[in-house]
Amino acid sequence: MNTDSIFSSLDISHYIYLSSVLFCIGLFGVLTRRNAIVLLMCIELMLNAVNLLFVAFSSYMGDSAGQLFVFFIMVVAAAEAAVGLAIIVMIYRNVRSTDVGLFDKLKG
Amino acid sequence: MLSALIFGLPIGFLVFSFITILCALYVVTNDNPVFSVLALILTFFSISAHYVMLNAQFLAVVNLIVYAGAIMVLFLFVLMLLNLSKENEPKVKYGWHFAAVFAAGMLLIILAASLHKSSEQIMRNPAQDIGMVKSLGKVLFTDYLVPFELSGILFLAAMVGAVLLGKRDKNNETEAGDSSNNPS
Repeated sequence: MNTDSIFSSLDISHYIYLSSVLFCIGLFGVLTRRNAIVLLMCIELMLNAVNLLFVAFSSYMGDSAGQLFVFFIMVVAAAEAAVGLAIIVMIYRNVRSTDVGLFDKLKG
Repeated sequence: MLSALIFGLPIGFLVFSFITILCALYVVTNDNPVFSVLALILTFFSISAHYVMLNAQFLAVVNLIVYAGAIMVLFLFVLMLLNLSKENEPKVKYGWHFAAVFAAGMLLIILAASLHKSSEQIMRNPAQDIGMVKSLGKVLFTDYLVPFELSGILFLAAMVGAVLLGKRDKNNETEAGDSSNNPS
């Protein structure tokens, strides 16, 4: 595929719209779902929307700093997923559920 | 207005955007978490296709390896381990759905309205090779060396934390078993 054609035939605003839609879908998932694992997945979706926007801006401007930032976001997302899933497994052992509505033990 | 937005776009962008949004909607609306994970993997594949179209080949491969390969397999393992299925998926009231649609739609309108002029303001300077391993590595190991080393420390801390959290406590084993039998 001739990748040069994308930059001339496609305005960056389309990537802005696409990642806005993806981010809002992830937000909708965070607001509606009660399963803690699905909540983590929706957060990954929102992170990927931001990553896509970073790569789009970086490629259109010819600046590689944006792509490196995406690299670091991926690093943090991987660490977050590992620790978050470990916490969910630990809570599941005590509560026998992953419903976030039941995780109110810290409430005073 | 929507047709004016869609017509005349490159076919690859249209197809992969369609797949991305459809799979993302499937992730958030489906009741079975295992199908959500599989749809999320498809979403990541199509986002990688977008990266290839945007000349970010290195990030496309890293996205596949890290997200679709490592993180999603971790999610799938945890789902299988906890034995979650459609039956014990927590139910949500329908009014909550309307509120969530309203909130997300308002955010979408605000984002689109505030960002749709920004394309005129960025400089257009697409370079051919910034997405390759050679040029990215050069910048990563000169300008961004300290964050790179710090991310190594972050990974070590995350690994130790995950192992500690996931380990069963031998002393509280019986106590935890008791409390799991009568949750309150």
